[in-house]
Amino acid sequence: MLKYIIPLVLFIIMAVFLGLGLTLNPSEIPSPFINKPAPNFSAPKLNAPQEKLTPADLKGQVWLFNVWASWCVSCRSEHPVLNDLAKLNAVTIIGLNYKDDPVDAKKWLDTLGNPYNISIMDQEGRIGIDYGVYGVPETFVIDKKGVIRYKQTGPVTVVDLQKTLIPLLDKLQAEPQ
Amino acid sequence: MKRLLFMLVLLSGSCYAVDSRQLSDPKQQESYETLTKELRCLVCQNQTIADSNAELASDLRRQVSEMLAQGKSKEEIIQFMTDRYGDFVLYKPAFKGKTLLLWIAPIAFLVIGLIAVLLVIRSKKAKEKLTSDTGALQSDTEKQKKIRSLLDNGEVS
Repeated sequence: MLKYIIPLVLFIIMAVFLGLGLTLNPSEIPSPFINKPAPNFSAPKLNAPQEKLTPADLKGQVWLFNVWASWCVSCRSEHPVLNDLAKLNAVTIIGLNYKDDPVDAKKWLDTLGNPYNISIMDQEGRIGIDYGVYGVPETFVIDKKGVIRYKQTGPVTVVDLQKTLIPLLDKLQAEPQ
Repeated sequence: MKRLLFMLVLLSGSCYAVDSRQLSDPKQQESYETLTKELRCLVCQNQTIADSNAELASDLRRQVSEMLAQGKSKEEIIQFMTDRYGDFVLYKPAFKGKTLLLWIAPIAFLVIGLIAVLLVIRSKKAKEKLTSDTGALQSDTEKQKKIRSLLDNGEVS
């Protein structure tokens, strides 16, 4: 009897682990930034390159830091969702225009709409490295104290917005400065 | 054979597509080469940044070479990368509490396997001994006679 039970038990254990493995997404890498201060930068604004933006300028507000590029295909599917979010006026949305040509970037915003309060340029991808960006689009949520509270890799969908982002933003907006 | 050669040619092609960087100091160049082989490209996860021609890998190579040129140590560069990308960026994971299972599991499986093999061999040996014992009984002609008469007559003659 044992002869049959042992292989069966081994098979079940393996099946469970392999099954769990199927549900995981290997391209999702846990961010080491959660609950850490947002890395500093001083970057030219897309629409006014002579002006610079730093995270210190945004102290006291909850802001969304969205990494995007005109060459990024999944940014295109994310864009209408961000436009919807912008209409709600729930949060300051800052765009990081990552490794992009400013001309293409401006054209993209003109045709698809501009959900960003401000977009900054990172043509060499250096701010991207400081934020551990490895797949565009990525979205960080930063609280009033300048601490990163959440990060999403990949496009934000309507479901993400409803289930995760908006409840989180409400919570963060209620926090004291 | 032809097919194998063709496949080798296809495989080798990807090795040359990488824009490796040259540092003036040979020692730094050496560190550059070991470091880029120890850091994982996060876009194509099964490649190191030395192997990958993804844009991010190229940016990370630039970062490594710049930091070396600034006189940063290997440890500082590894720290810089893990601060930003987590332990996942290390092609060879660090040996610590969280990764203990990863390092120990292969050895544990080997030990379990060896124990299983030993147990199987032992039980086989015990069985063999049993059959050879009964064999000895069968060759015992005296006893055989007794059995035969028992079977034939129902009593000992």
